[in-house]
Amino acid sequence: MSALQEALDHQPENRKFWTELAEGRFLLKYCNSCQRAHWYPRAICPHCASQETEWRPASGRGRIYSYSISRTASPPYVIAYVTLDEGPTMMTRIVNTPFDALAIGKPVELAIERGEDGIPLPLFQLV
Amino acid sequence: MTGHAYIVGAYEHPLRKAPDRSLAQLHGEVALGALADAGLSKNDIDGYFCGGDVPGTGPFSMVDYLNLKVRHVDSSNIGGASYILHVNHAAQAIAAGKCNVALITLAGRPRSEGVPKGGLKRADSPAQPDYAWETPFGMTILNTYAMCAKRHMHEYGTTSEQLAWIKVAASQHAQHNPNAMLRTPVTVEEVMHSPLVADPLHKLDCCIVSDGGGAVIVTRPEIAKSLRRPLVKIRGAAESVKHMAGGDIDLTYSAGRFSGAAAFAEAGVRPSDIKYASLYDSFTITVLIQLEDLGFCERGKGGAFVADGKLISGQGPLAVNTDGGGLCNNHPAHRGGMTKIIEAVRQIRGEAHPAVQVGGCDLAVAHGTGGMLGTRHGSATLVLERV
Repeated sequence: MSALQEALDHQPENRKFWTELAEGRFLLKYCNSCQRAHWYPRAICPHCASQETEWRPASGRGRIYSYSISRTASPPYVIAYVTLDEGPTMMTRIVNTPFDALAIGKPVELAIERGEDGIPLPLFQLV
Repeated sequence: MTGHAYIVGAYEHPLRKAPDRSLAQLHGEVALGALADAGLSKNDIDGYFCGGDVPGTGPFSMVDYLNLKVRHVDSSNIGGASYILHVNHAAQAIAAGKCNVALITLAGRPRSEGVPKGGLKRADSPAQPDYAWETPFGMTILNTYAMCAKRHMHEYGTTSEQLAWIKVAASQHAQHNPNAMLRTPVTVEEVMHSPLVADPLHKLDCCIVSDGGGAVIVTRPEIAKSLRRPLVKIRGAAESVKHMAGGDIDLTYSAGRFSGAAAFAEAGVRPSDIKYASLYDSFTITVLIQLEDLGFCERGKGGAFVADGKLISGQGPLAVNTDGGGLCNNHPAHRGGMTKIIEAVRQIRGEAHPAVQVGGCDLAVAHGTGGMLGTRHGSATLVLERV
């Protein structure tokens, strides 16, 4: 079993995110008490501690908050933080984008791609 | 807690590669070194503090190995800054009457054990709630610090050249340390022309991997005053944790903003009163952000503060990491907190190398960050005073 699959098995709290992502749908957790979205998704709102959280469809759009190219990896890849249009900032990877086109603040969109172990991941590419 | 405890023993293992010593042996050797430095014996120890580098579960194996009789233990783990936090906890335990003589040890042998360089993965458990949201994207310690540097550059115009000066200062100090792993001074150009490993960080922006360790001993004032060593008073101490805050992240500052302010408040001193600072230097950017967080310079002005050799002892308002730091001297077990305390103790005692000793060093800071600046981490700050 892959480490990610093992992690997902440890997190029934977020099973819906991964099953929906595999169907091409990107969800965010919102709090019905304070009405804010948060990241990473959890059952208990990290802003107001309410347990009235729910999954809602997200735009899959955002902007690069920061990034770095891991040059010693083979092949090199781009780790990034993306600030989603809905507010929270999430860690991800930028794909399908030339390294010299990257810049903080540039708009990006969701690009669901399978990771090393075949599990679909929420990655992003330049718009 | 001000003045309730003193650091009376400090010892840094002279080795940087220790293939013929066990991990427990290294912990034991640094414990004996700190006891000898203090003028105390093993049977004086009644409190033991250790971090995540210790073999086995918490304090058990080392207390057994050294055959200690303890009435207080603490294995709090905030990564590389743990030992600075342990000094704070030891001072609290001593003030509360829970122990009289506290031993804190750190040791490791990652260099002999062949830990991969450049892309070191954090110690992960799949049960961590954050695991699935970070690890699959290829997060490493290096690339998260790199993202902090990238964002700091974006917001404040900090440059790679300014970061390089932090390594240059460390190398200038390390040339005077006979035990330092890297003793050859480097130039800004050499740092900037070293391989780019994770933009914008170069290979020489990163700390070394070394074997070895260190230990300190904390005790109550009356015992400290009975010993024949210069008195190093713990005047202020604090700790904090910073994290992702549900997605409200800001990579341009660390938990040091909170532990620093609290430690200075407890000590009743200002950053401008400090003559020497040991600052965690896992990467050059770590030092720059901590200088801002602790108030040694304005937020966003760290680049100018470190440029042109101003961190070199005698060349600016604040000497930093005069042992050569984790960038050049020693980063045992991938954990730099212990050596930060030890060099601050040397400076307060006036026992640093004469070429780097700060004149009239009556107040010093030892500050560390453990975990990852770019995700979640702990920080701990000590203000030490010569009495």
